[in-house]
Amino acid sequence: MAKKQKEAFFTPIGIDTGQNGEIEKSVKLPEATKKTHKQLGLSDDDVVNMFEQMYLQRRFEERAMQMYQKGKFGGFLHLYIGQEAVSTGTVFAINDDDDIITAYRDHGWGLVRGVTPKEGMAELYGKATGCSKGKGGSMHFAKVENHFWGGYGIVGGHIPIGGGLAFANKYQQNNRIATCFLGDGAVDQGALHETLNMSQLWSLPCIYVVENNGYSMGTSTRRHTVGEIHERSKGYGMKSALFNGMDVFTVYENMKKIAEEVRKDSMPWFVEIRTYRYRGHSMSDPQKYRTKEELEEYQKTDPIQRLKTYLIDKKVSDKKNLEEIESRVEEQVLEAIDFAEESPFPEDEALFEDMYADEPFFHDKK
Amino acid sequence: MAVLQFREAIREAIDEEMDRDESVFIMGEEVAEYNGAYKVTEGLLDKYGFKRVIDTPISELGFAGIGVGAAMNGLRPIVEFMTFNFAVLAADQIINHASKARYMLGGQLDVPIVFRGPNASAGQLGATHSVAYDSMYAQFPGMSVIYPSEPDDAKGLLKSAIRNNDTVLFMESEQMYGLKGEVSEEEDYIIPIGKAKIKREGDDVTIVASGKMYHIAKQAAEQLAKDGVEAEIIDPRTIKPFDIETVIKSVKKTNRCIVVDESHPFGGMAAEVGFLIQRDAFDYLDAPVRRVTLPDVSAPFSKPLFDLWMPNAKDIIQAVNAVTYRS
Ligand SMILES: Cc1ncc(C[n+]2csc(CCOP(=O)(O)OP(=O)(O)O)c2C)c(N)n1
Ligand SMILES: [Mg+2]
Repeated sequence: MAKKQKEAFFTPIGIDTGQNGEIEKSVKLPEATKKTHKQLGLSDDDVVNMFEQMYLQRRFEERAMQMYQKGKFGGFLHLYIGQEAVSTGTVFAINDDDDIITAYRDHGWGLVRGVTPKEGMAELYGKATGCSKGKGGSMHFAKVENHFWGGYGIVGGHIPIGGGLAFANKYQQNNRIATCFLGDGAVDQGALHETLNMSQLWSLPCIYVVENNGYSMGTSTRRHTVGEIHERSKGYGMKSALFNGMDVFTVYENMKKIAEEVRKDSMPWFVEIRTYRYRGHSMSDPQKYRTKEELEEYQKTDPIQRLKTYLIDKKVSDKKNLEEIESRVEEQVLEAIDFAEESPFPEDEALFEDMYADEPFFHDKK
Repeated sequence: MAVLQFREAIREAIDEEMDRDESVFIMGEEVAEYNGAYKVTEGLLDKYGFKRVIDTPISELGFAGIGVGAAMNGLRPIVEFMTFNFAVLAADQIINHASKARYMLGGQLDVPIVFRGPNASAGQLGATHSVAYDSMYAQFPGMSVIYPSEPDDAKGLLKSAIRNNDTVLFMESEQMYGLKGEVSEEEDYIIPIGKAKIKREGDDVTIVASGKMYHIAKQAAEQLAKDGVEAEIIDPRTIKPFDIETVIKSVKKTNRCIVVDESHPFGGMAAEVGFLIQRDAFDYLDAPVRRVTLPDVSAPFSKPLFDLWMPNAKDIIQAVNAVTYRS
């Protein structure tokens, strides 16, 4: 018999390791860009618009959460709150006909890519007037006509599809690029690695972006994945970047540069954007895996507040004007709720609609 | 008898088997520090430590396969999937490896592994989170498929599953975890795999239903009893091996049968049971066997569509009315 060895264990131990009261941040934020909007080539109108877009995503979700808690609709509800600079900076940086695909934390992406608040809220309510006709709910916002290919609920499932969007763009030589957004948790799926290899091998014009928000459900990033995420593509010889996702200018600056390069040389990128999710994973998450202090640390870097302060400090806008925008957005969101409440549910026949593009067939339909 | 929630019954089974056998361990997403996405594994980390209660990354294919390799090499893994909807990513390991390795290597190794987690729909979670996979896995030789409906069955069958020397798929339901029921306090309570249970006796019609569907069958039977129709409910508990003898015996008494199945209709458990009944009890049937299943369409999110999609007690009553010629 061998001597009894020290007990083996496998997963890195996390929550209760004790940091002597020090906050161990689950993601460390790189420095934000120092450039002004002018230096980035953004007009005053652009940045005020950015503010409005971010504020809309925030208020839409805060109100959606209230409606969910009132029992107005069911299913999962994963909130994007805290991460709005990523969606907004990206959409301003790429062309309107460039493709976007993401996971189930998709409301922000939908709203900034043309899902109206009404269509979005109605989708949450499962109404026929929703962006996906009530068939998908919170996890499956989409606006394909605007090149937003939707949110997907199987972690990692949409990563190769992002590659496929890029494949078709290259095939059709249409000068469009694809962007594929995934969570830090999705980095651990095999699909990512197969896709990165083929993307590099076939020079697919795609940007794979990890929105590292610190957690995969209740598991902090360093407990579920090894090393630095952005370095993961090195083995494939793929270009990579790491930047701050709590500052919309930083996201804009980097995504613009990368997108231009991809459009030029049709080589893929692997990008890690560090951000933070303020709310629980979904609505039923007691959040015992993080401290209140940690959450507060990140809320101090809030992307919307940050932009608001910038706009006022730089006299791009003023408090009054921004407050007007805020109440306009609030109005829009409240109207969206009324719209969702008053919209009809899909008719019974809709159950069998949208299954097939060609002649539908249903086995043993009564 | 102790009254336990479904999740507690499963936890007891895991706990007792881990206590009894050092080679049993559990792994899956959020099973350790988060205490389980549905709190099935609550407290197990405290009791057994990080070596035997292991959080995995979201790498279903990878950790299922690590489970298979560990099983070949002397351990008894319990691999938890957050739901069987995500086990689709691990299907290669379950179908191509776990269930086949022993046979193709001429019996040189065993794969004593349990893959467990919730199966089928848990309400309005959309098309990718709502599929019942018991029938699909039952299609493949080399593994058992268990889908119990009550805490007592769950405990006894899970203990059997963990001791079984082959691959076992053990299916639960998010919507049943809170369900309470009496559970035997017998020491080392074991229910053999492959034995159906008659859960309600009746002479007028046989209803076969497992898992979550058992509970709607029970509701339907209570309704029907008010109308003077006494249904016999058989819960197969194990989808494979399927205890057809118990069903045939009942059908020979009632002469009518409804099979309730949470899968889509094509080639599912309902189709198989229907076939076996017509083959083995043809002369006893007073009406064609009917089935209540999902329609051949993916799960919609919208509440009214979802309610239309999901089999319910009314659907079962209608089917019973049809085979008893009351409609
Ligand atoms: C294949 C698969 N496994 C597990 C799940 C359950 N699940 C949903 S989201 C999630 C965490 C994902 O975290 P991350 O990728 O970091 O995205 P975030 O939620 O932080 O946006 C898990 C485990 C799933 N939906 N699909
Ligand atoms: Mg994450």
